[in-house]
Amino acid sequence: MGAMQAIVSIRDLHKSFGPVEVLRGVSMEVPKGAVVCIIGPSGSGKSTLLRCINGLVPIDSGSVRVGAFDVQTLKTDAQKIALRKVVSMVFQQYNLFPHKTALQNVMMAPVHVLKEDKDEVRGRALALLEKVGLSAKAHAYPGELSGGQQQRVAIARSLAMHPDVMLFDEITAALDPETVKEVLNTIRELAHDGMTCILVTHEMRFARELADTVYFTDGGMIVESGPPAELFDRPQIERTRSFLSQIL
Amino acid sequence: MTHLLRGPRRAGWNAARPASTDLPVLLPSAARLAAAARVERSPGGVVGRLRGAHGVSLFLLFLVVCGVAQAQGGPGGPTVLETIWKWTPLLLRGFLFNLAISASAMALGTLAGMFLGFAQISLLAPVRKGAWLATHFFRNAPWLVLLFYCMFLLPFQVVVFGVTVPIPDWVKATFGLALPVMANVSEILRGAVQSIPTAQWESAASLAFTRRQTMWRIILPQCIKRMLPPWMNLYAILTMATVLTSIVGVAEVMTLTGRVLSAENRQGLLLPFYSYVLLLFFLYCYPIARWTVRLEAKYAVER
Repeated sequence: MGAMQAIVSIRDLHKSFGPVEVLRGVSMEVPKGAVVCIIGPSGSGKSTLLRCINGLVPIDSGSVRVGAFDVQTLKTDAQKIALRKVVSMVFQQYNLFPHKTALQNVMMAPVHVLKEDKDEVRGRALALLEKVGLSAKAHAYPGELSGGQQQRVAIARSLAMHPDVMLFDEITAALDPETVKEVLNTIRELAHDGMTCILVTHEMRFARELADTVYFTDGGMIVESGPPAELFDRPQIERTRSFLSQIL
Repeated sequence: MTHLLRGPRRAGWNAARPASTDLPVLLPSAARLAAAARVERSPGGVVGRLRGAHGVSLFLLFLVVCGVAQAQGGPGGPTVLETIWKWTPLLLRGFLFNLAISASAMALGTLAGMFLGFAQISLLAPVRKGAWLATHFFRNAPWLVLLFYCMFLLPFQVVVFGVTVPIPDWVKATFGLALPVMANVSEILRGAVQSIPTAQWESAASLAFTRRQTMWRIILPQCIKRMLPPWMNLYAILTMATVLTSIVGVAEVMTLTGRVLSAENRQGLLLPFYSYVLLLFFLYCYPIARWTVRLEAKYAVER
């Protein structure tokens, strides 16, 4: 694949938590502007894989390159912070800061981390909240928002850092089917804007519609990968077939 | 009964279910389950909060023991209430000492306790372990023992730039009481920080916040609400513990009450005077308790 223009490239990544080997040699290339979906059963290391990409989880062996950063070599906090300015992450449980309003949640990191001008950030934050359809809720606290609204604030908050790559960790898993649609629409727009997105998801229809490449993981390894049409309609490997037959 | 326990609704699954069901035969058990759920899911235990009723009962107790003392004393001479009123200015001066000691010990202990608490969550193992040791030593040592240590180990005067500054007893007592306060504040801070979900740290880290920024801008603001009740509680305990300083000779309200009682040398005054002191402590602690309730509401964080 186009390793030349790959913005994220992972080679033979291994990671253990104590005696449990969570990732057992994962390799992956994500071209700039691509949408990549990672599917697979629980406990197959999907979330850990994402956390290795933005340095939340230290890497045992192998390499992870994001843009100009070799993640496995980053040791100090300052180095990791430089990486995280480029890679943003959205979580399953939203993880908004409960003591700040939606607008403040979006503004905090650009103001305090990127040291940008507060008024300028405010304008951009309001525009982002409008983009995710939440202008009316700018001054609401997370506790006053529904799950879907909180998740969209969380996406706006990540976008405010103008990242090059966005990681989504099962961001619709805690939502009901109606609000899932709101959130997926937001991501659909992002993808159309050309944002590089890596999603861990159980939304197969969404993956089929939007993904350039789908990776199926099991037992800490990538079992099979390919364009969604191939992987979903003509899976080559028995494990993929049995997984897909259970959920489709 | 299964549908009561495993309802189809996902949201609020652990909310106490209303005692409603379509099946009449289930009504009694549904009501019982709902009642049991309310008890099980309440914050737990009795919340020790001063109420106006407590003050009224203390005041009634005071009147009753005054009446008893009056009846015992026989005719002639000033009444019990007159006697108490006569000594009130002196007792209040002593009580002010209690307040001064409690306020300064709290301020000192909180300041030191914050440092110790931060040291307890330091990334450096030696700092963390040292702070842990200090916290637990001072938290588990008897307050009176710490008080005696400070009374006898601290000098009665220090020389600063050739000027001799005396250290009065009450200042030494303040240091003595500040030590356990420090240890308790340290533990309150550590507990509050560790009670914030790790997801908040993860979320802050992925937004490129530094550890220090995360602590000050994200974690600590959420801790205030959790720290206020135990902190105010600690202050109430400290205020009541200031009477310990009478043992080491500080002229606070207990010491003065004792002196007044021996000066009056009258039968039956003991209970009225000590009830009066109890009432003084209530009058001071009650507004603080109400204030705590308001502060908690103000800093309440919706999750």
